[in-house]
Amino acid sequence: MSRVTKFAGRDPGPHARVAGFVGHLRDNGLRLGVAEAEMALRALCLVNASAPAEARCALRAICTGCKEEADQFDALFDSFWMDAGRVKQKIAPSKSPPASDDVHSSRDAKGEDAGAAGSANAPDDGEGEAESDGTGKLIATELRNLSRKDLRDLVRPEDIAEAEAVARRLGAALRDRRSRRRTAARKGDRLHFRKTVRQSLATGGEPVRLLHKRRPDRTRKIVALCDVSGSMTVYAQVFLAFLSGLMRADTTAEAYLFHTRLVRITEALRDKDAMRAIGRMSLMADGFGGGSKIGPSLDLFAQTYAKRFVDGRSVVLILSDGYDTEPPEIISGALAKLKKRGCKIIWLNPLKGWKDYAPVATGMAAALPYLDLFNAANTLDDLAALDRELGAL
Amino acid sequence: MTWTELQTALGREGYVASDDLSVALQLALSLGRPLLLEGAAGVGKTEIARTLSAVKDTQLIRLQCYEGLDASQAIYEWNYQRQLLSIRASAEAGETGKAVEDRIFSKEFLLERPLLAAISQDVPPVLLIDEIDRADEEFEAYLLEILSDFQVSIPELGTIKAKTRPIVILTSNGTRDLSDALRRRCLYTYVEYPDRTTELAILKARCPQIDALLGAQVIGFVQKLREEDLEKTPGVAEMLDFAAALMGLGIADLTRDPATLQATLTTLLKTQSDQAQITTEVASRIAGKAA
Repeated sequence: MSRVTKFAGRDPGPHARVAGFVGHLRDNGLRLGVAEAEMALRALCLVNASAPAEARCALRAICTGCKEEADQFDALFDSFWMDAGRVKQKIAPSKSPPASDDVHSSRDAKGEDAGAAGSANAPDDGEGEAESDGTGKLIATELRNLSRKDLRDLVRPEDIAEAEAVARRLGAALRDRRSRRRTAARKGDRLHFRKTVRQSLATGGEPVRLLHKRRPDRTRKIVALCDVSGSMTVYAQVFLAFLSGLMRADTTAEAYLFHTRLVRITEALRDKDAMRAIGRMSLMADGFGGGSKIGPSLDLFAQTYAKRFVDGRSVVLILSDGYDTEPPEIISGALAKLKKRGCKIIWLNPLKGWKDYAPVATGMAAALPYLDLFNAANTLDDLAALDRELGAL
Repeated sequence: MTWTELQTALGREGYVASDDLSVALQLALSLGRPLLLEGAAGVGKTEIARTLSAVKDTQLIRLQCYEGLDASQAIYEWNYQRQLLSIRASAEAGETGKAVEDRIFSKEFLLERPLLAAISQDVPPVLLIDEIDRADEEFEAYLLEILSDFQVSIPELGTIKAKTRPIVILTSNGTRDLSDALRRRCLYTYVEYPDRTTELAILKARCPQIDALLGAQVIGFVQKLREEDLEKTPGVAEMLDFAAALMGLGIADLTRDPATLQATLTTLLKTQSDQAQITTEVASRIAGKAA
């Protein structure tokens, strides 16, 4: 264990140190207020504060509020009290699986790729689905796009306004009719005893007028996952506008982008300024227009975010063409996990709108058994037309 | 009581608590704050409340949360049938409206549900709010009010203030994200699966008659099994069932009889795919490694 931090002689005392520690935690993304600082002081009075292990346990109980924070806490504690120096940690470490050899993150690439022989943009070696002929069959690209695109070039404010209206319509169509809580209503399946008894006082205990309660409809939570790999670039404009419209129309919705990685963009899209939100998203969507790893992205989603944000009242909306570079079993496995959380899964595939389209891409075929709805959508009008089908779910 | 004394007291009741958990529990008791316990199913979150009530020699009031849990199930409800009968009876007796109203909305006609019961005890009870993540956001909002003020407002009766503050323990499996407001009001501890020594201590505390060799094997086996990619990782309760099953069958050595071992795995593996994954060969391989 590293040695205990020596504070300067002019240090005003334990109060200031604890306040400093809470400030340190706050700088590192833990949401703490004055009340927590005060409680931390009181807690330290109750344990042997000079024993680091005890102080650590006590402060952990006070200052953390969820598993991620508890995991992060040890390092933060060490850096403040154990002289390990102030280390700012990323609040939400990205959970991408270790990249395989043929994929290079643009973060560690030093840019040589761009000027090199050009393998990044060269066609695939002739094996696989692209081989057949030159009539433009789509395949998934295996490479990440090293360039960053500014998504603001793609999405116009008018689109967002229109998408917002569409998202509102969809939200209204998606009602959960299985609420278990009952509210007073003129017509209902159960008696509202409390009101009935109150009213019967006027008639000498004779419940003349019966009042009812019923199960109200609940809104469903929409979780949208949008594929922004190379093969989807042409549809990105519509889908990104839809996502930002959705986030503005529905305060409980969640949004994610995926290509070779999965990125949560909920917070970014909640920005009050619609275009700034798109700007923030493009900073996060590093690798936009590159390869697609649908299976691993969905799997990561099912194992991490879905545990927190997807429940029986959720509708998972996947916007993708289903062209995946990874084996199809990963998609089906991920969807099976997701389905277990009790949600509805809707897959909107822009290619389905094509004449004679059949879901032959292996990834898409593997996903089919788990889908509650498989539909086409390439334009905002298509999305708007979905409300009928969604209402029937 | 310091946290080490609390730890020992819990140990006497057969609960082996980690340092983290003991300190958090001790702070929750002294600061009068609710304690939120999170962790996988089967790590002993509910059990801690039960043990704490035994240590404190007080009542345990449990509220099991579920989707759609509402105030009438969690806080209070009027006994409507009795009220109706009473109104009829008093009408025949010729009582006036005001008197009837006062009577039927008195405590006599009030059905106490766990939350109201917990704040109206003379001795502070342990209030266990189990699996809070199953209840919906609306219920969390009620709970916030009760946990911060410890009072319940009943329109017909007025505000009922807590006689004593209950010791509140909330548990969550993390099926849903809890609101920050609720998290802020609670102390927090994430309960991990116990490590090998702790789990052995738990087994010895709960199952003192177990043979030392078998005990070590059981713990080794379960710990190794948790490293496998299972849908439902076996918890402490499953481990205890497993040990009890082995002892019931009179098995002294795990590695000796693969067929019986496989049969007892029903206590550990709770889904069909997990059972299919851990075949007899896999089980004996794990048992061999663990021994």
